[in-house]
Amino acid sequence: SLSFKMERKTIDLDQGWDYMQTGITKLKRILEGLPEPQFDSEQYMMLYTTIYNMCTQKPPHDYSQQLYDKYREAFEEYIHSTVLPALREKHDEYMLRELVKRWSNHKVMVRWLSRFFYYLDRYFIARRSLPPLNEVGLTCFRDLVYNELHSKVKDAVIALVDKEREGEQIDRALLKNVLDIYVEIGMGQMERYEEDFESFMLLDSASYYSRKASSWIQEDSCPDYMLKSEECLKKERERVAHYLHSSSEPKLVEKVQHELLVVYANQLLEKEHSGCRALLRDDKVDDLSRMYRLYHKIVKGLEPVANIFKQHVTAEGNALVQQAEDTATNHAANTASVQEQVLIRKVIELHDKYMVYVVECFQNHTLFHKALKEAFEIFCNKTVAGSSSAELLATFCDNILKKGGSEKLSDEAIEDTLEKVVKLLAYISDKDLFAEFYRKKLARRLLFDRSANDDHERSILTKLKQQCGGQFTSKMEGMVTDLTLARENQNSFEEYLGNNPAANPGIDLTVTVLTTGFWPSYKSFDINLPAEMVKCVEVFKGFYETKTKHRKLTWIYSLGTCHLNGKFDTKPIELVVSTYQAAVLLLFNTTDKLSYTDILTQLNLSHEDLVRLLHSLSCARYKILLKEPSTKTVSQSDSFEFNSKFTDRMRRIKIPLPPVDERKKVVEDVDKDRRYAIDAAIVRIMKSRKVLGHQQLVSECVEQLSRMFKPDIKAIKKRMEDLITRDYLERDKENPNMFRYLA
Amino acid sequence: MPRTASKTTKKRSKPYTVTSSDTDPVPSASSKTKKSSKENDEKYKLFNKYANTSSGVIDPEGIEKLCSKLKVSHTDIKILMLAWKMKSERQGYFTKAEWRRALKALKVDTTKKLKKALPELEEQVRKPLNFADFYAYAFRYCLTDERQNCIDIETICQLLDMVLGSTFRDQVDHFVDYLKIQNDYKVITMDQWMGFYRFCNEISFPDMTNYSLELAWPLILDNFFEWMREKQA
Repeated sequence: SLSFKMERKTIDLDQGWDYMQTGITKLKRILEGLPEPQFDSEQYMMLYTTIYNMCTQKPPHDYSQQLYDKYREAFEEYIHSTVLPALREKHDEYMLRELVKRWSNHKVMVRWLSRFFYYLDRYFIARRSLPPLNEVGLTCFRDLVYNELHSKVKDAVIALVDKEREGEQIDRALLKNVLDIYVEIGMGQMERYEEDFESFMLLDSASYYSRKASSWIQEDSCPDYMLKSEECLKKERERVAHYLHSSSEPKLVEKVQHELLVVYANQLLEKEHSGCRALLRDDKVDDLSRMYRLYHKIVKGLEPVANIFKQHVTAEGNALVQQAEDTATNHAANTASVQEQVLIRKVIELHDKYMVYVVECFQNHTLFHKALKEAFEIFCNKTVAGSSSAELLATFCDNILKKGGSEKLSDEAIEDTLEKVVKLLAYISDKDLFAEFYRKKLARRLLFDRSANDDHERSILTKLKQQCGGQFTSKMEGMVTDLTLARENQNSFEEYLGNNPAANPGIDLTVTVLTTGFWPSYKSFDINLPAEMVKCVEVFKGFYETKTKHRKLTWIYSLGTCHLNGKFDTKPIELVVSTYQAAVLLLFNTTDKLSYTDILTQLNLSHEDLVRLLHSLSCARYKILLKEPSTKTVSQSDSFEFNSKFTDRMRRIKIPLPPVDERKKVVEDVDKDRRYAIDAAIVRIMKSRKVLGHQQLVSECVEQLSRMFKPDIKAIKKRMEDLITRDYLERDKENPNMFRYLA
Repeated sequence: MPRTASKTTKKRSKPYTVTSSDTDPVPSASSKTKKSSKENDEKYKLFNKYANTSSGVIDPEGIEKLCSKLKVSHTDIKILMLAWKMKSERQGYFTKAEWRRALKALKVDTTKKLKKALPELEEQVRKPLNFADFYAYAFRYCLTDERQNCIDIETICQLLDMVLGSTFRDQVDHFVDYLKIQNDYKVITMDQWMGFYRFCNEISFPDMTNYSLELAWPLILDNFFEWMREKQA
């Protein structure tokens, strides 16, 4: 039998290396673009096997270490002899191209050679903890080529970038390839890219834009500058997308933003004729939107913009207020009140206008909501011609809700207006004052049947409740309910009269019973009523006692209305007058002529009230009484006579009493309520805290009360002192700035 | 509108508890019986010299007589200090017990000795610890009845002048001017009274650079401060 041993012939190092060299040379020729066929599989196998054999031979012929070294040397030789010279002789863009080519070649060379020498990768490098072949190959390029050239390359790249910035076309693919080298040469880390290229690029970009900005800021208007900035940012982003590494984007953008928008922020925004203020003034919505977009991404960038916005809105608001104030001082009283209503409308319009800005230009950003709110809080709390904003707003509501007030408007328009009015209330600090004025006017509408539409009345109360809480509207709701109950009550009363004909006073009597706590307080006088009316009061009292025993009725004659039949010579006319006016007129049923003093004594009224009454009956439009002397005002020496000659084309006339100025009383009432509210707040806080410092007590007090009004610090101090005198609080013995609750 | 925090007027604690820090040099555990009756006699004899025989107390007339003997005006602070020393409860009147208390503490039993003791008494009272107490006492002393807890402006002005005039002349003069022209307050409370004393001690005057409206100074002093600032402008 034939047995044969496959004996491998030992390859000598030099021998083996010579063979490998042929492969390497072939490879180099291919890379240099010389006519050279590609490796076929047999050649590849041979090269691979040669290495394999040389590594697996028994010592002393195991040449792994030597081969490992020679592998590296192959690259070094090639780089020194061919690659570096080729690169050194070129510059700028040519050098870049050469580098890209050489790098690409090198990677191919590494790929091929590491395939030939693969066997080293399998066992040798692991055993000796050495860098793998791929890494060795790349490191060669890094140490020999990259380290020498990276700075020059970086300069060339940056030069091209700036060229592109100036508008010239450049080879973006080339730059991408070059920068990929920086990334790849880092071998997993971005350090090389960042330190050898990016940091310089950022510096250069910063100084580029710094130069541009300094000239643009002088020459360009704010909108133009912003357009340019926006464009620059867009271009830089594109730049990153096309050839910079993506990690450069935020850093580059930050630099550009800084040079263009941060450094010159103040100058840009405050540009005299085209800056933020001017843009707001001229309603340049697009430019403002751009401004928002640009500054939104900069830390605290929006703050100056929001500030200018706030100042602008405040100025506009103040101008409206001033306008109203000026008109009021220059014109008569009634046109002044029209102006005040116009003011509220204009303020609502202003709010609508700038809310659109906040939502659209400024993308609903909280800073701008806050700016708008603060601006409105400033001018919405100003007084116009002696009326507080709280009063103006209440009057505005009254005008919408009363009969003849806004009949021209559709239901929808009214609802919309009421909605907006309630929103304005949020800006007014004296909400309690508004509530009181509103309540007074609501009372008048309800009691004199002057309310235009029940649904609207309820609707606004709902809105107020939503905005200010149930406590705000509870009394008002009570008033509305009282009226409903009053109607039912009246029915019962009429039934009672039906069942008790003896009790009938002989006059049609309608009584509205109000729950004291809900309604504003009214002064009630002990007027001497005419006998007919006295009977009415008694009869009703009798009826009321059948219903409830524990309630006290207090008559408010000042709110009553009376229908009198005036038997004038020409024709009878029905006079609709107040109860007081009726009391005066009925005196003339028994006497033809009466002096002022007679009337005063008989009715037991104050001078102020009597003058007002007599004026309305003798010096105003309808002269039911003749006054002697017939001067324009009532004086205490006058005398009065029934004017039988009076007539009018109407069969029924209403003789109005000019309303008493309720403002003073409202303010007094509110001040009084505030004193109680402050007291209660202080006691509540001190009761729970037991000991508290002065400043803290004051600030907690303000906080607690802020929903209804802004308490005056002095007022708080005064209440505190009062509480000290009343032994609710005392100063701490050691620290006079601390207070203790006295149980 | 009814007050939400309703409370009946608090019963005032006894207003005349004077915590005089001055005590007898000899512990007073010893009762009157131990005292030599001779000493007591002297004090009572002296008392009777000035007392109204029918009421049994020294009344305003008697005090005037005493003052002329002591050669001090009855508006002199030393008399008030004497009242403090004896823990006198009622302005213008000294009871027997009160009289005895003072004389015993001062260790005097004749008018002449009393006169000599007055400057020393003043020195003692002016010591900071005693003075604060004396200052508070002065206020209470001027209250005319139990239910009252404040004093009218005019009296306050006189009292301030008497009590603080020598040590804080400047402050007193300006504050008194202010009190006379302001309309916010017709009476002064104890808290305001004590506040002014603190003011004199703590606030540099007339620059008042260390005064702050943010602190818990009584409102009347805030107003005074603002008034001064306006004048200085």
